[in-house]
Amino acid sequence: MGKNRTPYLLLLPGFAFLFTFFILPIINLAQTSTQTKIAGGDTGQYEQTLHFRNYIDAFVANKEQFGRSFLYAIISTLLALAISYPLAYAIAFKAGKYKNLLLVLVVAPFFTSFLLRTIAWKQILGEEGFVVPTLRSLGIISQSTTLTSTSFAVVMGMTYNFLPFMTLPLFASIDRIDPRTLEASGDLYANGYTTFRKVTLPLSMPGVVAGTLLTFIPAAGDYVNASILGDPTTKMIGNVIESRFFKIVDYPTAAALSFTLMAAILILVTLYIRKAGTEELV
Amino acid sequence: MTQKIKDATIPTIPFGARIQRWFGRNLIRIYAVFAFTYLFIPVAYTFVFSFNDAGKSNLIWQAFTFKNWQNPCGAPEVCSALGNSIKIGFIATFFATILGTMIAFAIGRHNFKGRSASNLLIFLPMATPEIVLGASLLSLFLVFKINPGFWPTVIAHIVFCISFVVVTVKARIASLDPRLEQAAMDLYANEFETFRRVTLPLVAPGIAGAALLAFSLSFDDFIITNFNSGTLTTFPKFIYVSAARGIPAQANVIGSAMFFLALTLVIVGQLVNRRKVR
Repeated sequence: MGKNRTPYLLLLPGFAFLFTFFILPIINLAQTSTQTKIAGGDTGQYEQTLHFRNYIDAFVANKEQFGRSFLYAIISTLLALAISYPLAYAIAFKAGKYKNLLLVLVVAPFFTSFLLRTIAWKQILGEEGFVVPTLRSLGIISQSTTLTSTSFAVVMGMTYNFLPFMTLPLFASIDRIDPRTLEASGDLYANGYTTFRKVTLPLSMPGVVAGTLLTFIPAAGDYVNASILGDPTTKMIGNVIESRFFKIVDYPTAAALSFTLMAAILILVTLYIRKAGTEELV
Repeated sequence: MTQKIKDATIPTIPFGARIQRWFGRNLIRIYAVFAFTYLFIPVAYTFVFSFNDAGKSNLIWQAFTFKNWQNPCGAPEVCSALGNSIKIGFIATFFATILGTMIAFAIGRHNFKGRSASNLLIFLPMATPEIVLGASLLSLFLVFKINPGFWPTVIAHIVFCISFVVVTVKARIASLDPRLEQAAMDLYANEFETFRRVTLPLVAPGIAGAALLAFSLSFDDFIITNFNSGTLTTFPKFIYVSAARGIPAQANVIGSAMFFLALTLVIVGQLVNRRKVR
């Protein structure tokens, strides 16, 4: 009897905490999302009227930002995958005794605050930075083209900031591949490309799935990159939720938008996991 | 002699082809160098501009100076913000590591009813965008008339750190060889002794790694903190707020110092570990 109770006792404190400060807030947010303004009330006073139209109104008013969020998130996830996969592969198979050091270097930029690094990008890509004048004098971009306050800068910043979230799980699953399986594939007359497609990639799939999820989810809800590196035309749904909460004090709309975002992410993630065929998460 | 053999066995390859071959063989290494350059450009920029004699706005290079490093607390609020971040980081890491490790042992070591539901509950906070986590907690605090500030921020950080601790520790538990524990039992250790003298020491590096991860996530968090901290300033919040009017060079000093501190700690830790293994 005592043995059967052990797991529940171990779970109790942590789950009690998560229930109070994760599940309850989500339920509460769901309630907020269908409230409407009290007639004649102050700013920020709402009552429950089960007004589900909030969802439709909020979505219709912000569908552009929704589309942009998912577009940016998908592009930066793909870019991060393209950068991280060879990097993780090189660290796992080509680094020799420097493997651990290089792995530390992937995480190391984390310790310089991500905001400092994002602002550094803004200044590097800005008018006073060295990139823009160089590209201009080489004739690659026109005299009037700027790099900051563009969707290019936002996507680049997102790719940059979520790169370690992609590289680490990729490394973990590539590093687990027995190099002898690759040799075996070569012995069976597979060329480099076939070996990659038939052996390396399938074996590293759990890492690809985990990495893309860990990058895509925060990227879709991000608003920091868009507000530092972008301009009003690159606003994402995160920017809208933030300003609804703090500047306009329109809690129901912010809540409805949060739920729509979460639902969209969960649907995409479920489809993706089904498609990728990995049940084991992270 | 050896030179002659080499000359005899390897026919001379034209220079161009040799370069091509070298590139083919080292392509992935070259790629990795570029990826690392991308990762480190802003870190280097932050470091260089920590030596800028910039006055209020650290936007344009003025002159080289050590004075920001000599007086890292020189700019108003920088160090109190840093202190808040460190305090919140330590408290949140402490609780998240304990709660998360317990959950990891329950899920990783026991088969029980509701195990897959538990896995889902751990996955959900990671699948929730930070902005939703932050907004939902803030609205709960508002309902209960709790003012955002230090403790609400700590609670919010524990919420998002727990899942990462569980995942990290669980992976370590899964990689343990069960025969080690069986051996301990065979040698008449009871369950508690086996746990204390075999299991826990073997899982400890995983727990340490999870704690480090939790601290760095907490220390660097902005979105959730922004929702739940009210008037309290943390280091990331300080940077975000001062971005509009120019970040003082002291923030660059602190960012760079944290970078080197963390790098040193990790490298020393690895060296100690390597010596132990030997």
